[in-house]
Amino acid sequence: MAFEYAPAPESRAIVDIAPSYGLFIDGEFTEAADGKVFKTVSPSTEEVLSEIAQAGPEDVDRAVKAARKAFEKWSALPGSERAKYLFRIARIIQERSRELAVLETLDNGKPIKETRDADLPLVAAHFFYYAGWADKLDHAGFGTDPRPLGVAGQVIPWNFPLLMLAWKIAPALATGNTVVLKPAETTPLSALFFADICRQAGLPKGVVNILPGYGDTGAALVAHPDVNKVAFTGSTAVGKEIAKTVAGTRKKLTLELGGKGANIVFDDAPIDQAVEGIVNGIFFNQGQVCCAGSRLLVQESIQDELLDSLKRRLTTLRLGDPLDKNTDIGAINSEEQLSRITSLVEQGEAEGAERWSPACEIPSSGYWFAPTLFTNVTQAHRIARDEIFGPVLSVLTFRTPDEAVAKANNTQYGLSAGIWTEKGSRILAVANKLRAGVVWSNTFNKFDPTSPFGGYKESGFGREGGRHGLEAYLDV
Amino acid sequence: MSERLTVFKTYKLYVGGKFPRSESGRVYEVTDKKGNWLANVPLSSRKDARDAVVAARKAFGGWAGATAYNRGQILYRIAEMLEGRREQFAREVADAEGLSKSKAAVVVDAAIDRWVWYAGWTDKIAQVVGGGNPVAGPFFNLSSPEPTGVVTVLAPQESSFLGLVSVIAPVIATGNTAIVIASEKSPLPALSLGEVLATSDLPGGVVNILSGRTAEIAAPLAAHQDVNAIDLAGADAVLAKELEIAAADNLKRVLRPQPVDEVDWSATPGIDRMTAFLETKTVWHPTGSLGASGSSY
Repeated sequence: MAFEYAPAPESRAIVDIAPSYGLFIDGEFTEAADGKVFKTVSPSTEEVLSEIAQAGPEDVDRAVKAARKAFEKWSALPGSERAKYLFRIARIIQERSRELAVLETLDNGKPIKETRDADLPLVAAHFFYYAGWADKLDHAGFGTDPRPLGVAGQVIPWNFPLLMLAWKIAPALATGNTVVLKPAETTPLSALFFADICRQAGLPKGVVNILPGYGDTGAALVAHPDVNKVAFTGSTAVGKEIAKTVAGTRKKLTLELGGKGANIVFDDAPIDQAVEGIVNGIFFNQGQVCCAGSRLLVQESIQDELLDSLKRRLTTLRLGDPLDKNTDIGAINSEEQLSRITSLVEQGEAEGAERWSPACEIPSSGYWFAPTLFTNVTQAHRIARDEIFGPVLSVLTFRTPDEAVAKANNTQYGLSAGIWTEKGSRILAVANKLRAGVVWSNTFNKFDPTSPFGGYKESGFGREGGRHGLEAYLDV
Repeated sequence: MSERLTVFKTYKLYVGGKFPRSESGRVYEVTDKKGNWLANVPLSSRKDARDAVVAARKAFGGWAGATAYNRGQILYRIAEMLEGRREQFAREVADAEGLSKSKAAVVVDAAIDRWVWYAGWTDKIAQVVGGGNPVAGPFFNLSSPEPTGVVTVLAPQESSFLGLVSVIAPVIATGNTAIVIASEKSPLPALSLGEVLATSDLPGGVVNILSGRTAEIAAPLAAHQDVNAIDLAGADAVLAKELEIAAADNLKRVLRPQPVDEVDWSATPGIDRMTAFLETKTVWHPTGSLGASGSSY
């Protein structure tokens, strides 16, 4: 049955988007040296939101120089003073969180429910957490006087624009580094608003520099000889290119890349809770999540019961206006991503898997993809191997825990996994055997600034979050 | 009466707990610092390297799954076995590095002590680098270190024994398995170490030792899809860069070589060589909440 809802849109009046934005270098907004600009659009309406300066190699050089210059004083500040700047930033983010949530939803396309209840609270918490480390680094287990690395070049993706910025900038600044950050080309706005927050917080100029641009801007930043640290979140293919670029240098590298997380449901799992976890695992942020539970491994004996329940639940998901507070599924971030999802799903059908989606009205403009479920999937299918990065779940079955573990680990990736069972010893045994950096048992997609996040194998290396996250920015 | 003719040792590789010759049938000549012939040793091929990966992968599950206490006992056993063969290793190190007998003995003692040092780490490193995380929600959340997997180790070229032990021990202490490329010019202490490992209760395949041309063996290992990490200690800058690029293809964890002037194998190591080949796994579980009414614990 379909539920009827009256529209409940969040007002966008709270955010004031300027018609154009510059690069943020050395505390100032400036044009790109070659005058290039690009447009950022709202993926749910295709409306142009703003025109953004596009950084080229010359701008990268200028930003790195500014960060280098700022490093001297910033790294020499007492940790307690650096901490206070970060606490200020955390507080300003909390103050402006409604505005930033609406902005993020407009630029990214994800539901306001998520930006309001997940992204923004986590962003503020991340700054608050790392602020507290800034004057306690000598207790972090990296020696009595751990030193910062210098200038960090950071490249972040479009799926959690402001949260990924927080994961990169907060630990970098807490440890005394300065940063040049490149947001994704489809979601530059929240990073530019963050530049304004740095201004409000009185952060010394040059400590944070924001360079919107495309992949070539990121490549120039990563390759810049005066960058000491490279941090990247994005695709495994680009991660490999970056690893090659920094080979033979002394640049420290951390990579947070793709995934193909297995969500394993045993026959004794509480079905209703598992269904909620599966839905959250693959439809949170339209499945555009590196740690998504994109492979459902269900024990054969409960397959029918679970799938019936899951399908019933999917019919209640609401797809549509991301600013509507009742919306569960927002827009796909870009036309390019939509065509990638579409092509992989078509391949899934062509390879013989069975496709199912709930009846679902698709808006006439914008980029959308209905929640999709594939059954009759084998491990050889591309939809079981490749990261789709969309609201598409591949269902496989298993009979024994050993088979579940073998199938879960049968991937080039190793970022996340889920386990659903009421048996504690089975959780521990299976968690122990899974080659994945984050294992959610009887829950999924939980994040916290104190909890290290990152992958095994080709999901990258290094951890973000927690005490572990400091190491990436210290000379240890 | 004529002087007794000594019995030479045929130096062989150590792979999968066995002592094969190179499948290529090739050997090369090893000399001391003055150019005197010491032995012919196997000139390993890329096939030998691939065989070693198979052996190391096969051994990984069991070794990573052994208790940390058990791994510690075995590492300590290696020290015990070495202690009994001090003289032999002192002689080989003296020949390899051109050291006096007494200086070589100091080096061997330090290497034995290094095994003891790492033996004590096996059941402590998880407490030092892992732990519970106080997340803001009703969840149990624990981070634990786990071994990365199969690690290729380019042993230092100059420090043929202390350097060698200093790069192998941290890799296997935490449960990784290793393919070790011995010092190209001075491989004899490494090949003899294989004989010690074989009698120390170390499961076959946990450490595999290859002699030969470092660049020739390292190239296929750096590119190998079933190798998870590489320690470039024994690579010069040019080779290190080449191997790091090859290693990026499956995102191996790479430990870059230290600049030559910063290398001091005699210093007490930190934990960096262990943490370089550890992954952090974080496990979440809901805690539920009892006493939510606030009445009592």
